[in-house]
Amino acid sequence: MKKTNEIPKIPAEKFRFVGDENRLHDRKFDTKEVSYLADAFGRFCKNKSSVVAAIIILLLVLYAMLVPIFCETNYSKSLTDTTYLQYTKLLPKSSLFTNMGLNFWDGASEQTLGEANFQALQAIGVETGYDVVKGEVTTSTDEKGKVTYTSRVDSYISNGFVYMTLTPQEYESIQQWQLENGKQVIYPAITDKSQTDANIWYETNKKGVPQLDKEGNFQNIYRDSGNDGEYDSLRIEGDPGLENPEAEDRYRYATITGDSNNVSYKCRIFKYTYFMYRYGAEPSFLLGTNALGQDILTRLASGARFSFVLAICVSAINLFIGAMYGAIEGYYGGAVDMVMERIVDVLARIPFMVVATLFQLHLAKKVGVVPSLFFAFILTGWIGMAATTRMQFYRFKGQEYVLAARTLGAKDRRIMFRHIFPNSLGTIVTTSVLVIPSVIFSESSLTYLGIVNLESSTMTSVGTMLANGRQFLSSYPHIILFPSIFISLLMISFNLFGNGLRDAFNPSLRGVEE
Amino acid sequence: MYMFKYVLKRILFLILTYFIIISACFVLIRLLPNVPVQQFGKDMSLVLQSRYRQGLTDINGNPIPLIVQYGNFVKNTLIGGNWGLSEKLYFGQDCFQVFLSKLPNTIIVNAYASLFAVPMGLLLGIYAALKKNKWQDHVISTGVMVMVSVPSYVYAFLIQYVLCFKLKLFPLVMEAGTDYFSWSMFHSMIPAVLSLSLGSIAGYARFTRAELTEVLTSDFLLLARTKGLTRGQTTVRHALRNAMVPIFPNIISEVILVLSGSLIIESIFVVPGVGNLYVSSINTLDYNFFLLLSAFYTLIGLAAGIVVDLSYGIIDPRIRMGSKK
Repeated sequence: MKKTNEIPKIPAEKFRFVGDENRLHDRKFDTKEVSYLADAFGRFCKNKSSVVAAIIILLLVLYAMLVPIFCETNYSKSLTDTTYLQYTKLLPKSSLFTNMGLNFWDGASEQTLGEANFQALQAIGVETGYDVVKGEVTTSTDEKGKVTYTSRVDSYISNGFVYMTLTPQEYESIQQWQLENGKQVIYPAITDKSQTDANIWYETNKKGVPQLDKEGNFQNIYRDSGNDGEYDSLRIEGDPGLENPEAEDRYRYATITGDSNNVSYKCRIFKYTYFMYRYGAEPSFLLGTNALGQDILTRLASGARFSFVLAICVSAINLFIGAMYGAIEGYYGGAVDMVMERIVDVLARIPFMVVATLFQLHLAKKVGVVPSLFFAFILTGWIGMAATTRMQFYRFKGQEYVLAARTLGAKDRRIMFRHIFPNSLGTIVTTSVLVIPSVIFSESSLTYLGIVNLESSTMTSVGTMLANGRQFLSSYPHIILFPSIFISLLMISFNLFGNGLRDAFNPSLRGVEE
Repeated sequence: MYMFKYVLKRILFLILTYFIIISACFVLIRLLPNVPVQQFGKDMSLVLQSRYRQGLTDINGNPIPLIVQYGNFVKNTLIGGNWGLSEKLYFGQDCFQVFLSKLPNTIIVNAYASLFAVPMGLLLGIYAALKKNKWQDHVISTGVMVMVSVPSYVYAFLIQYVLCFKLKLFPLVMEAGTDYFSWSMFHSMIPAVLSLSLGSIAGYARFTRAELTEVLTSDFLLLARTKGLTRGQTTVRHALRNAMVPIFPNIISEVILVLSGSLIIESIFVVPGVGNLYVSSINTLDYNFFLLLSAFYTLIGLAAGIVVDLSYGIIDPRIRMGSKK
């Protein structure tokens, strides 16, 4: 039988390499290597709404970080003296809009006033020369013959006058400033000693309604006798002292109180110009001031900064604890997992409000309010993180590369943190970013309800600002508006950002929860 | 039999967890300095007697060891149901009775909110899923995204300012009283109900849309269409039923969570409910109330967890919770 597949003997020299001259190699990649992070970043950038959200978050963070440093004026720093108490509930005012003459964002609001209040406002305007009423005045009369006036009132001017007791040095320096700047701060004293309202410089009837003379002018009750400590500065129009400073009936600008060793001057101070004297600029608050006279722009920024710092710290610590715990659970499994999961089950079921309250009650006096809030967030906060990590470890621990590493003698710790952990990083990072808004939200709820009290002259939080502005919701909504806008914007952007991040790191999960 | 064992196991674990949490709360609260404060014109002996009856002090009002107190707490309070008297907030009144009198307000406000939110959320979600990637879907999805993210108290401020203050459609705060089904009471509740439901409408809409779009693209739906069913028939009879599997447990848990309510919304609209009571008990340091309400909230959380897990098995018998691999 003939063997068909028998190979005849061929001499070695007859063999020749195929394509000896152009040998085949694995072709080198022309494309550049894309790292995991760069890949994720590329995917993230394709999602437009997430990019916008990321930019908004960045702006909010910059606002919280930079405004307290760079935009702090002398005014917003001066929270240790009590001058700021004079500038309460001023409306938001932007110089840009005011100069353009638009009736928007100009520190004024439309008000409907009765006769007495309207005249009182007019009086401020007449005395100081500033326009307290902007735009047209609409007059209406109801059935009972009561007249009401509707117009836009500038809250900065209508803030009016205050009685201040000045030391001789202050009295002197204000007079000096008046001469240099040509602006009146101190206005004449009045004869009626029982009048405590510094805004009233005119004759009133018993109801407090101005008594006008025949031509419809206010009748002043300026004091023109007595000692005012040699006032030698700007005088208001109509003052006999303008022509002759020595005139006997010149207006007196202060009432002297105290004894001869300790003289002080009680003056009628116009708050608007006093602000310029004191802080070197016209009062103009972009977001207005709150019920205590604190500037909302800087106050909100420092509250936001506190919230951000707290949330980032909580998120970082939760990431650390949760990742450790979850890694051990997931990697070892079995009885270890069982026991550790039961601990988590119990901890996770404690309502957060209860945890926060108990921490406040026990620790707030010993370690302070902020650390006890911080501990409360950490006690149960890491559980979500641990669950995520645990799932990821269950997913990856059976894979071939782990087996290979173990075969090669890698220790457990090395496998966990050098092999499995980097693979599950995407999910873990996404989860820990999403912890930040939830911490800010819980913190604002707790401070809003007054369970945690963070308010002090130097510190605040968004929730506290909301709680403090709450009672002025109907009359001064701007106090609560800006913190609300801030927190809503932050939450929306973080949610969009988180979605984008999740899609970028786990393309397979895209759109699962949308 | 399998189901019975599973339920039993879950309930035993619930009791254990509950016991651990409440014990920890009790011990932590008893460790706080807690001397009854004399209030003007109030009979202090009432509180002291009540403390003795609860087994927290001896008959003279002197402290006894914590471990003995704890034993008495388990015996008298957890099992006996004696939660003591209010020592600050509602001086001298029985905590549990006050709590029971507040509960209907919370339940009724939240029940209205759920009754409104669940159908609205489902309808919006179904509509968005059917119009997927059309402008209707984009509008709904964007709205849902915003509503889910914005904290509920911001809506509450907005609703209170615009509807109650500017337009004067509703009273600023909820009416007090027990006339729960009168028109004026309902009318005064609407702002609180709206603020509570906006967030959950958005939540349901998002969830429903996600589930339904997934089912709508699956193969068996294509088969149903090729059999000759109309689009409406396939959606209602096949897609919706399957999509409801993960949605339904949420609705069931909503029924239980009706009891717990929202602390912030209750405090904004002055709903005389449990949430408001809880916040006031913390602010006035009325520990008996605090303990009772903490126990209440913990129980609700635990119960809702179990009900969700069980309802999966009820709505879809193929799912056997807790089964082994």
